[in-house]
Amino acid sequence: MTLDPVVLSRIQFAWVIAWHILLPAFTVGLASFIAVLEGIGFLTGREIWQRISTFWTRIFAVSFGMGVVSGVVMPFQFGTNWSRFSDIAANVISPLLSYEALTAFFLESAFLGVLLFGRKKVPAWAHLVAAVMVAGGTLFSSFWILSTNSWMQTPAGFEIIDGRFFPKDWMAIIFNPSFPYRLLHTVAAFYVTTAFVVLSVGSYLVRGGQFAAEGRIMRLLALGFLSLMVPLQMVLGDAHGLNTRDHQPAKLAAIEARWETERRVPLTLFAIPDEAAETNRYAIEIPLLGSLILTHEWDGEIKGLKDFPREDRPPVAVPFFAFRIMVGIGILMLGIVALGWVQWLRDRFEAPWFLRLCQYSVPLGFIAVLAGWTTTEVGRQPWTIYGLLRTAHSVTPSLTGADVLISLLAYAGTYLVMFSAGLLLLRRLVRKGPAPGTSPVEGGRPRQPVTAAPDMGGDRP
Amino acid sequence: MSGSILDFVPLWTGILGLGVCLYVLLDGFDLGVGILFGFMPDTASRNLVMNSIAPIWDGNETWLVLGGIGLLAAFPLAFAIIIPAVYFPILVMLLALVFRGVAFEFRYREADHRTFWDYGFGIGSTVATFAQGVVLGAFIQGFKVEGRHFAGSSMDFLTPFSLLTGVALLFGYGLLGAGWLVLKTEGPLQAQARRLGRLCLIGVVLGIGAVSIWTPLMDADIARRWFSWPNIAFLAPVPLLAGVTTLWAWRAFGGKAEATPFIAGILLFLLSFLGIAISLWPMIVPHRYTLWEAAADPNTQAFLLVGTLFLLPVILMYTGWSYWVFRGKVRADEGYH
Repeated sequence: MTLDPVVLSRIQFAWVIAWHILLPAFTVGLASFIAVLEGIGFLTGREIWQRISTFWTRIFAVSFGMGVVSGVVMPFQFGTNWSRFSDIAANVISPLLSYEALTAFFLESAFLGVLLFGRKKVPAWAHLVAAVMVAGGTLFSSFWILSTNSWMQTPAGFEIIDGRFFPKDWMAIIFNPSFPYRLLHTVAAFYVTTAFVVLSVGSYLVRGGQFAAEGRIMRLLALGFLSLMVPLQMVLGDAHGLNTRDHQPAKLAAIEARWETERRVPLTLFAIPDEAAETNRYAIEIPLLGSLILTHEWDGEIKGLKDFPREDRPPVAVPFFAFRIMVGIGILMLGIVALGWVQWLRDRFEAPWFLRLCQYSVPLGFIAVLAGWTTTEVGRQPWTIYGLLRTAHSVTPSLTGADVLISLLAYAGTYLVMFSAGLLLLRRLVRKGPAPGTSPVEGGRPRQPVTAAPDMGGDRP
Repeated sequence: MSGSILDFVPLWTGILGLGVCLYVLLDGFDLGVGILFGFMPDTASRNLVMNSIAPIWDGNETWLVLGGIGLLAAFPLAFAIIIPAVYFPILVMLLALVFRGVAFEFRYREADHRTFWDYGFGIGSTVATFAQGVVLGAFIQGFKVEGRHFAGSSMDFLTPFSLLTGVALLFGYGLLGAGWLVLKTEGPLQAQARRLGRLCLIGVVLGIGAVSIWTPLMDADIARRWFSWPNIAFLAPVPLLAGVTTLWAWRAFGGKAEATPFIAGILLFLLSFLGIAISLWPMIVPHRYTLWEAAADPNTQAFLLVGTLFLLPVILMYTGWSYWVFRGKVRADEGYH
């Protein structure tokens, strides 16, 4: 077996980004949630809001810490493993990445310190400002990184000179054709993911009884928010799909496993795509529905993979199944929200089985985010910059397969240790609950000689 | 490739230089605190030491991201050549930073006894620092380049010189960390920081001395830069000032001064930085590409400059505010024990 640096570098990038994306998927929404809780607490002065906020801030601190350390890894991947891509594309994408650092990372990190450690050291309004700044930072970060990613999917506003990209129109680069759709769809996905975590933890607390009051508030907030967001997310996803049909038809063909260009296509619910034979096996299809959903017309045309040379086609099975997982979870989420309303109207909102169902829904958003990300990134193949720069031509020329194998194993081991420890810690924080009289974190002049310990002494302000 | 009358390269060199300086000084002292962490006598002082940097480390590390991305943005050719050439030191640094960064949140749950994450913090800080020093050494030595790519092997970075710079940086960050601890602590802990600071200072002097002798011997251009007439007259103040600063730092760590050790350490770093810049100017890929040859398209530089000139002062302001919030000594609660 020969070790191919391109394949191994792709696995390595997939590994580090997949773990990393789980954290923004949670912290982007959670930062906004905390800012809202702090705001309500500030306006009403009721203690329970601050208690809930403090509880979630503790969880945020751990998640954000993991997000930072796995995030620092990311820009260096461009240099270590994808240096040709860096050389070729830097003139266009580097300002977007730089603006992410300048507008988001510093904002988040500077104000996070105040949010975590400063409740007693700054006035209440300044603490609220810190919470808002952290939330704003996470959104700015999403803006720039998704703009960069979208430009790689649907490049615009550039010219190519001697095989390298040069900027022509910055507005066209930043607001490239897929960016608005990707931004809204992704941020909505992050918000939904967070809301399901809040719903789950709230349900767990209600079941436990000791912090039922806090749990009830969390469940109501989460369910109310999800009632708006889940349907909205489906509309946004639909719009994003239309955009993909216009700008990345080969990706759409792979997502739907369509081989022939046709009108009045069916919707394929399940199939085993056979790429060698260019056909689907064991297909379960609903007539006409494919055209209706994908083009909003009964006889809309969908391009087939056979229209594209084999070397320009993405893999089919991975986007096909990843997309179905994402959509399937979306429907499941809608079902849970609808069930929530039924239970509410029947006055059985806290039926034990329903509480348990809500509690176990915690991973849904994360799986959907990963599946969606896989769909869009694998669907972009075999290109790093869609239609213009091949992945195989983007990798660092000096790397050997052995080099990348070593680094891949090192990342694999480190991330497994770090993420399992983090998950265990988060579980412990949830189990402790929003215990009153536990100020989470007071650095500087701490009452307890620990960085952020909530469990020893210290009355709330 | 639009023709531009304005030359942004000197400005970008200044901005990137400022970014690297701020990274080295800021993350330098908190990595240094991590290196010294292992030498603290008991759990109480370890907790206190960690508390002194808990609210600010993450902002400090952000300068590393800015440094990496700033290099990509301002001098993309240098980024595409240098980073692959130091593939393994970068890998080791990133993984060490993972262990050290999560330790802040992970260890506090069991802060009353030594845990895996205590070692993660101390060893992670040490290994990350060493790796950064190796990167510096490999960078000064230069790389095998063909066209627009690094053409050597991924193990080329490993030389006696890069190992030396790795060790030297351990003492350097240790010195900054000790200076910070003198500023932030008191009593026996401060006395311990003063002792460790003097120890690090000896290492720093030996390190700077060795690098200063080795570099001109290794590279005739660098020797000519420093020792030819009239350069030697203009440049002599740099090593002389470094000597004076060393004496000042030695006395400060030994005396009663609270802030001076930290300031003297910073000054010593800035002088070393200046020395390296003098040796390498105007190359960004030593022996191969100048700053101008490696620079991004003027259009790219201009677009990023507009925002940077506005955002950088704002960042410095609110970062300064967050340091101000946590000013003064860290104290443990007396009732804890």
